Amino acid sequence: MKNQIIKTNASIICGASVVGHKEHDGPIGHLFDIYDENDRFKQKTWEKSENQMQKLAFENALRKARLQVCDIDALFAGDLLNQCIGSAYGLLDFDIPYFGLYGACSTIIEGIILASSLISGGVFKKCAAVTSSHFCSAEQQYRTPLEYGGQRSPTAQWTVTGSGAFIVGEETESKVRITAALPGIVIDKGVNDAANMGAAMAPAAIDTLIRFFEQSETSPEDYDAIFTGDLGYEGSIILKELMAVEGYDMSINYEDCGNIIFDRERQDVHSGGSGCGCSAVVLASYILPKIQSGEYKKVLMIGTGAMMSPSSLKQGLSIPAIAHLIMLEHAEVQNGNI
Amino acid sequence: MEISKYILSFLAGGVLCLVAQILIDKTKLTPARILVSYVVAGVILSAIGFYEPFVEFVGAGASTPLTGFGHNIAKGVREAIDDSGITGILTGGLKAAAGGTTAALCFGYVAALFAKGKGKK
Repeated sequence: MKNQIIKTNASIICGASVVGHKEHDGPIGHLFDIYDENDRFKQKTWEKSENQMQKLAFENALRKARLQVCDIDALFAGDLLNQCIGSAYGLLDFDIPYFGLYGACSTIIEGIILASSLISGGVFKKCAAVTSSHFCSAEQQYRTPLEYGGQRSPTAQWTVTGSGAFIVGEETESKVRITAALPGIVIDKGVNDAANMGAAMAPAAIDTLIRFFEQSETSPEDYDAIFTGDLGYEGSIILKELMAVEGYDMSINYEDCGNIIFDRERQDVHSGGSGCGCSAVVLASYILPKIQSGEYKKVLMIGTGAMMSPSSLKQGLSIPAIAHLIMLEHAEVQNGNI
Repeated sequence: MEISKYILSFLAGGVLCLVAQILIDKTKLTPARILVSYVVAGVILSAIGFYEPFVEFVGAGASTPLTGFGHNIAKGVREAIDDSGITGILTGGLKAAAGGTTAALCFGYVAALFAKGKGKK
């Protein structure tokens, strides 16, 4: 098999996070930049609240990077709502070329891979990757409106109300280098239970991880930490077990963002967090600062996405899943501004 | 009415809900499917003559859950057939369900006028 790893020379200048009440109440709640007590962000509908979160996240990322709107060459954004309206409306106010993406919950990593590849190739100098999910709008989109009061099954995950925005720039701009990326391949192992997306996504994450380890000739212990986006409690157990069968020990330095963001026992989130916002806000506010400070020198971040639609579920189709990987490394900055 | 009837009613309703909860937790059935199967189960149980005595025995514990709705529909069809013959098969079900359906629509609408959706905590 030819080597599919993309070598990138880019860096994440900064990340910004906006979350809802439950996320702020969670174990890493104090790390997030902005939160709203009633998840509405002063908007009338949940969809508008999600738009507003993206707007706030992107504005905050610009502020943190001390950049203007005109400094950004392109936006890569997506979300979970029909036709990605969370991003289209959320980023409407900014006059920046816009690429709409759909990678379900892997969208933020997909955006960062595209941004860093185009920056490495000299096409752009600075780009932004933005994504969001909102518990209330996602329930309406995929399941039933909250007013219906549906019961959740034990393997169901809790969609994170959150938006993450990242400014990606050239290699020397920050201490957080994106040195490699491996795009995911769509995998469908026949799981058709939408209340168990972790099981549907785990095989995709395993496929991407094994391809990466084989092609880079590395193993899990070569990294300080390995994160998946939102496999949740069920999915991360499946991943560890199946990786062990393949000869990779993931028990030491692997964790899933869906397990980090909520306290599973105290917050009644069943199988942990999920959604585009899950990996995005954990990456922005929990993982990035640790790479920036040098606590982590080398990290693998895998965005995982369950790519079903409400129609495909109703027609009984199984869930196609994808997992995109980026390698982030700590580097002493040369002439950057952070 | 003595107090034991309340307790019996409460327990019967609770057992019906418990079965549904086990179906949610232990099977892959979606809430919508469980809901529809409860209505259909009510129709069948009513058709074989089990549900009517059950309602008489435990009262609201049997008539309030969705199986009771199914029973109501089946009963409506039977009565309509008695009144107007074969067309009752088509008219009886909806007629019997009209009260519940209209109440759900109207109360839902009124509630939506005065209440605003909140996020789940």
